[in-house]
Amino acid sequence: MRNQITAKTITDSEFFYGHKACAGCGGSLAVRIALKVLGEGAISVLPAGCMSAVGFNYPHLCFSNNSIISTFAGTASMLTGVEAGARAVGIKNFKAVGLAGDGGTADIGIQALSGAIDRNDDILYICYDNEAYMNTGIQKSGLTPFGAKTTTTPSGENIHGNLRPKKNLFEIVAAHDIPYAATASIGNLKDFMNKIEKASKIKGTAYIHVVAPCPIGWGIPVNETIEISQKMMDCGLWYLAEYENGQFKLNRNPSEFSSIKDYLLSQSRFKHLEDADIKILAAQRDAKWTTIRKNWNTAEEDL
Amino acid sequence: MSKPYLRPYQKPQKLSDYPLGTASEAGYLVTKNSGWRNERPIITDECINCLQCYLYCPDGVIFKTESGLDIDYDFCKGCGICERICPKQAIKMEVETND
Amino acid sequence: MTKAFLSGNDAFAEGIRLARPQVISIYPITPQTTVVERISEMVEDSSLKSELIHVESEHSALSCAIGASAMGARTFTATSSQGLLYMAECLQYASGGRFPIVMMNANRSTALPWNIYGDQRDSLSQLDSGWIQVYVEDAQESLDMALQGYHIAENPLVSTPIMVNLDGFVLTHTYETVEIPSQTDADRFLPPFQTENKMSMDNPKNLAFSVGPDNNMEFKYLQHKAMQDSKRIIEETDAKFAEIFGRGYGGLTQGYRIDDADYILLTLGSITGLCREVVDELRERGEKVGLLKLRFLRPFPDEDLVAALGSAKAIGVLEKDISFGYEGTVYTNVNSVIAKNGLRLETYNFIAGLGGRDISRENIKAMFRHLQSGGQHVNFIGLGVTIDA
Repeated sequence: MRNQITAKTITDSEFFYGHKACAGCGGSLAVRIALKVLGEGAISVLPAGCMSAVGFNYPHLCFSNNSIISTFAGTASMLTGVEAGARAVGIKNFKAVGLAGDGGTADIGIQALSGAIDRNDDILYICYDNEAYMNTGIQKSGLTPFGAKTTTTPSGENIHGNLRPKKNLFEIVAAHDIPYAATASIGNLKDFMNKIEKASKIKGTAYIHVVAPCPIGWGIPVNETIEISQKMMDCGLWYLAEYENGQFKLNRNPSEFSSIKDYLLSQSRFKHLEDADIKILAAQRDAKWTTIRKNWNTAEEDL
Repeated sequence: MSKPYLRPYQKPQKLSDYPLGTASEAGYLVTKNSGWRNERPIITDECINCLQCYLYCPDGVIFKTESGLDIDYDFCKGCGICERICPKQAIKMEVETND
Repeated sequence: MTKAFLSGNDAFAEGIRLARPQVISIYPITPQTTVVERISEMVEDSSLKSELIHVESEHSALSCAIGASAMGARTFTATSSQGLLYMAECLQYASGGRFPIVMMNANRSTALPWNIYGDQRDSLSQLDSGWIQVYVEDAQESLDMALQGYHIAENPLVSTPIMVNLDGFVLTHTYETVEIPSQTDADRFLPPFQTENKMSMDNPKNLAFSVGPDNNMEFKYLQHKAMQDSKRIIEETDAKFAEIFGRGYGGLTQGYRIDDADYILLTLGSITGLCREVVDELRERGEKVGLLKLRFLRPFPDEDLVAALGSAKAIGVLEKDISFGYEGTVYTNVNSVIAKNGLRLETYNFIAGLGGRDISRENIKAMFRHLQSGGQHVNFIGLGVTIDA
């Protein structure tokens, strides 16, 4: 049984505050919580994306811990440099943490991320996944799910939105044999907080992939961000898992999935989907879960 | 307990007012977000201090005091997540009157 | 002080060793590779104590160096040609962020077509990147500018990254006798890196932020001003270096037999050595010729040029570069000084050595003849074919 971080025990300090993110922004919650867990020793590196765009507008600077914006493709390599530089100048008790979106991680940033994991640099990389390039106005990324409407995958008579499945970044990272990787969601902050705490203690590279919905991009009311995150897990389109010591472990194995149709059609980015499309998604989900249940350790543990 | 906070701000008047490089003091706020709201959350006596609203607020504006929870209305955007997450319906969103 | 027979790259590596960088990011590209190989050996045998990071691309090499510099660490990286262009975004990131990184660039032609040999098109295409740019002539100057580079860049009035350019193969891979200073003297010349422009636990900062239309021009003006102010720092650094090590390079430019010269050739990098020999040969015959070695192209040495060229009849700019559809970039820069200052002299451009083509003694003599006889302003030297199209 690990030490639990809870709302009671977490620091009262806020490190990401006063920012200009949209009301109800999932990404900002992910960043806020990550920094509260890591504390004032966190040195955060954020690429171009929502969180850097809303937090670093001179003279209004919203991070009270040391933070820097990285080049879009270079988050992981800048993290490497920050970590090496901090050690070189004698700083102790710090954690270099990257806070990058799905575009900045799975697409333009994947090369640098792969390099950092390959070097096993002592950094924590957190990808906040809102499933599109939201900062630039909702364009498709490698992590946009099948069927989603974005401005570059509009849905119409001929094409029903994005046609490619969501890139499986968690498993791509795991395939590097990284010391620790995990999936998370802002719909379950207890799980997310404790994974951050665990990852922060890893000597070497650690990766957390946290789903953080964007109400504007997903087409939901701004007060439903947490609920949609929970529905996404409940219907099986997202799972809470870890990769550690060469093994995959599922943290939560629902005995029954909630309605995938209900999850999809409550977001206007999916409202054009026909039953045939939803069937495809349900089948993909079923196939994935069959594989997971066959190959991964599914004994649930209190995180 | 620390967090970024509002400072009095004057636009630089001379070159030497600017920092060296693109580097400046962390947690330095110069504008509020209160103008974004159409509704504001009010915490009622039903509150049991479970701290879920404090945890799930994307902006971190719900904070602990000795006598329970309070809200920093300078930076609350009125998203209403707190009202939805509360297990006791102890937070109500009310129309913002801008008083 | 010891003496050794070293290539330009090896000599530069020695200079870096003496400068004590704390973080070095490396990615190989011909003809830079032997620098990073030497540095790797120095880390292995502990003659250089530095964090050595094997990055997976040039963009990452400079992103990584920026991250380390942002923590207040002295950093180094090196590249060439395709790598320089790949990290082009990061060049402006580093200069705008005012991180005093020293980077060695092995001047090499840029694709297409592919070519691994030396010309200066790579760095000259990045003159607007906000980096201080210096072009060195020989292995000794390579070593010395590694040390001087940090001294200039890290000065708080400057706080600007610096690119030290070595001609690919001709300098990077040519062996010469070099004096290697002692670590004690190097430490006397170059103190540890100190800056306000960094993150720290006592004084947390937010770095590399956005600046909108209301303040952006002021940040850019500050950058420009720092580069202008660096001219003085460059001269002072050269003087301090000469005092400790007994060698100086003249600062922003270095003239050779220009005082009474009617015809002056402006040169960049390693070709300067051969040009000096031609100057001597022509002087023997009574011709009043001279040479001005352009060491720094950014900041651009306008005052030096006015002083050096004011009484010449004609000048030629010899560069291994062409800005397609117009003329050589150095020529454009030089002509601007001539025009702004109302200097009455003819100017000519000699585009030579592209893709590693040899520049011969005969070529250089022909350039001086052209200065004297006049003719076409922009000249491609040594084209081996008839222009019939």
